[in-house]
Amino acid sequence: MAPPADARLQLEAVRLTALYGRRAVVKDVSIILPAHTVTAVIGPSGCGKSTFLRCLNRMHELSEGGWVTGTVLLDGDDIYADAVDPVQLRRRVGMVFQRPTPFPTMSIYDNVAAGLRVNGHRSRADVDAAVERALRRAALWDEVKDRLRRSALALSGGQQQRLCIARALAPEPEVLLLDEPTASLDPAGTQRIEELCHELKTNYTIVIVTHNLQQAARVSDYTAFFYVGDLVEVGRTEMLFTTPTQERTEAYITGRFG
Amino acid sequence: MTALPIEPVATAAQEPRWRLLRGVNVGDRVYQGVLTVLAVTLPLLLLALVGELLVSAWPAIRRFGPHFLWSSVWDPVAGVFGAAPMIFGTLASSLIALVIAVPLALGVSIFLTEFAPKWVRQPIAFLVELLAAIPSVVYGLWGIFVLIPFLRSTVVPSLRAVLGWTPFFDGVFYGNSLLAGGVILAIMIVPYIAAVSREVLLAVPASQREAALGMGATRWEAVWTAVVPYGRAGLIGAIILGLGRALGETMAVTMLIGNRHDIGLSVLQPAYTMAAAIANEFSEATTNLYLSALFEVGLLLFVITVVVNALARLLIWQVARGTAVGSRAL
Amino acid sequence: MNPRRVRRRVVNGVMTGLVGVLSFLAVLSLILILGNLVVKGASSLDWNFFTKNPVPAGESGGGVANAIVGTSIIVGLACLIGLPIGIGAGLYLAEFGSGRLGWTVRFVADVLNGTPSIVVGIFAWTWLVKPMGHFSALAGAVALAILMVPMLARTTEEMVRLVPHSLREAALALGYPRWRTSLRIVARTALAGIVTGSLVGIARIAGETAPLLFTALGNLNFSTHVLEPMQALSLQIYQYATGPFDEWHRLAWAAAIVLMGLVLLLSVAARWAIRQRHGAAR
Repeated sequence: MAPPADARLQLEAVRLTALYGRRAVVKDVSIILPAHTVTAVIGPSGCGKSTFLRCLNRMHELSEGGWVTGTVLLDGDDIYADAVDPVQLRRRVGMVFQRPTPFPTMSIYDNVAAGLRVNGHRSRADVDAAVERALRRAALWDEVKDRLRRSALALSGGQQQRLCIARALAPEPEVLLLDEPTASLDPAGTQRIEELCHELKTNYTIVIVTHNLQQAARVSDYTAFFYVGDLVEVGRTEMLFTTPTQERTEAYITGRFG
Repeated sequence: MTALPIEPVATAAQEPRWRLLRGVNVGDRVYQGVLTVLAVTLPLLLLALVGELLVSAWPAIRRFGPHFLWSSVWDPVAGVFGAAPMIFGTLASSLIALVIAVPLALGVSIFLTEFAPKWVRQPIAFLVELLAAIPSVVYGLWGIFVLIPFLRSTVVPSLRAVLGWTPFFDGVFYGNSLLAGGVILAIMIVPYIAAVSREVLLAVPASQREAALGMGATRWEAVWTAVVPYGRAGLIGAIILGLGRALGETMAVTMLIGNRHDIGLSVLQPAYTMAAAIANEFSEATTNLYLSALFEVGLLLFVITVVVNALARLLIWQVARGTAVGSRAL
Repeated sequence: MNPRRVRRRVVNGVMTGLVGVLSFLAVLSLILILGNLVVKGASSLDWNFFTKNPVPAGESGGGVANAIVGTSIIVGLACLIGLPIGIGAGLYLAEFGSGRLGWTVRFVADVLNGTPSIVVGIFAWTWLVKPMGHFSALAGAVALAILMVPMLARTTEEMVRLVPHSLREAALALGYPRWRTSLRIVARTALAGIVTGSLVGIARIAGETAPLLFTALGNLNFSTHVLEPMQALSLQIYQYATGPFDEWHRLAWAAAIVLMGLVLLLSVAARWAIRQRHGAAR
């Protein structure tokens, strides 16, 4: 797959293999994720797509027995180098999970500010501005601007997920990883989040794992198809969905298995 | 889809992208270190406790050997000590306590989990738990001024009328007795057995009860033939847990049991338990050997309770594997 | 109807009634105890009772002011020692406790939880009273802290483990270092439960007598000096209840109400803390 013209910030996996103990769940994957694009990662259950995602922000190694070989380059820098602090890395590569996980003891404001506060002391004005900016980007500002101090748990499921997105956006990461973000949402909430992906890619690079093929088709510029740990095919979404080059890809997309 | 006012992310003039830090966060190391130090105090404490008991008891252990366990001579003046009456009293009072407490506690737990209407469960459970919160010395106080007179006026004459021919209800009843000690222990351990039994019964899968009911069993039959047997190990564990508590009880027992180094079959006679003896005589121990003998009693008590509690936990685990069932009661 | 059926129904009815009766008896004993406390002791709860110290034996009047203050000081000191260690050990077990040391600590905590409090008392005597040469409130506080630590370690661990793993992950993914995740996010979320466990633990040790018998010893006079013997409510009740004077017995009942009141207050507060959490987590 040829890198596009604007290669300013890319996430690139180079022969990445992710293992649990002796079992490899992501096998020798090399892929370029171009800047300011949305890449969808699709595949049947257990194909390693979530694990792959978690390698991009070094969350995989936090799991029991998790480790990797190969590497991932963020803007050309090896994030698995010895000198790299994973905590710092995760402030540049944000993640949103399948189920909304607002911090229950914090207000809406504090939830969004959480990622900022851990990064060092900022003035009240800075934090206020950052919180508003993040909530606007997550399309949640208008709904919560009058109740920022209320508990985050008072929001609906869809709102909570957008809150988690705002929380991930506030520290101004460069990349946003979304792990099946609409899996637990109703259609209205799902649509809202998909719209967000379009809007956000102007400023962020987005990688979204989804088991919903229609969603992948709607939302992404590039799509990568994983099958049992292997990266079978990757390419522009329209191309992959209409004229896939691999037989397995076609079989999955046409629903012959899933 | 409305256009949102998104400002572009600052690019060129920002600080170096990478702030590469060395290895592991210092904060993590410090945190783990501090917590480890705090946690390690526990094993150290246990070692100190056991070590201290052994060291202090050693003179008596060396002097009396295994005879300590079956000799009934406790003569501080002559320097001869035997713990048999205390051991007997401990076991006997605990046995009496179990005989009374087990039906009560099982009744409560079965009632609460299977029969009680929903609105009654929380209040009754709360009240039974309150029994566990009453301090031992308050039980003792109540025992001296309410229970013993009651035993003397009502219970003992009735028992004597029916069972006076047995050796268990022989002799004059002055109040402070094995029976009084046993009864107060019973009341004290009911909440523990009931609480753990309740958790055990709740851990039994609903499918057990439903299968029985589906086959036409009455409510009681479903409980007695399906639920209770499934949780049998845990229930026995709960009972042994109650035993463990009874063995270690001090204040209420020493206030009611009579504190006499005596072995007898009659529950109406005064008796002694290991914990009560330590409480009573520790400050009077004038010689080193006397003190050492009491420490040996303490060591014995410690070992017995640890073994009993371990057994209880093992059994409870079988039904409620991995959970912390009963940890609060312990 | 089938006679066998009838018999089974009768048995069902009888047994249902029986467990109901047994439960009633269990609750009855509670009512009898608390009821007697109130009946026999309430009349003695006057201003003097709370503010005066004990008078010489045989005389009437006097109160338990020194005991109330003493219990507060000893329990307070025990909390100062026991809460950090107990909660810290609990956090350790929840965060790092999957290894061999964790297993050992957990096992030891369970063993210590089952240790009779009198044994802890004589241990504290050997380690604190004997070397110091005299009884002290500090020794009593240490004995109570020894009882408190394993209790708190287990309940804290249990409460922290209840926090969903996803919350921890979300914090880590935000760039929270592990220690901050553990404290600011996980422990903070489990705080209500930890507080409840602590209050229950404090209620337990406030009522203890045996560990104080040979450490704090008791004191007829008013004393706030922690390196001196100190009176406590539980000790006072024991001394008065087993003494020869009627006057003492009367005071014992009243003191028991105060102690019971304290324990009840802490238990109710513990329950309230949990309910607050459920209320917020809607």
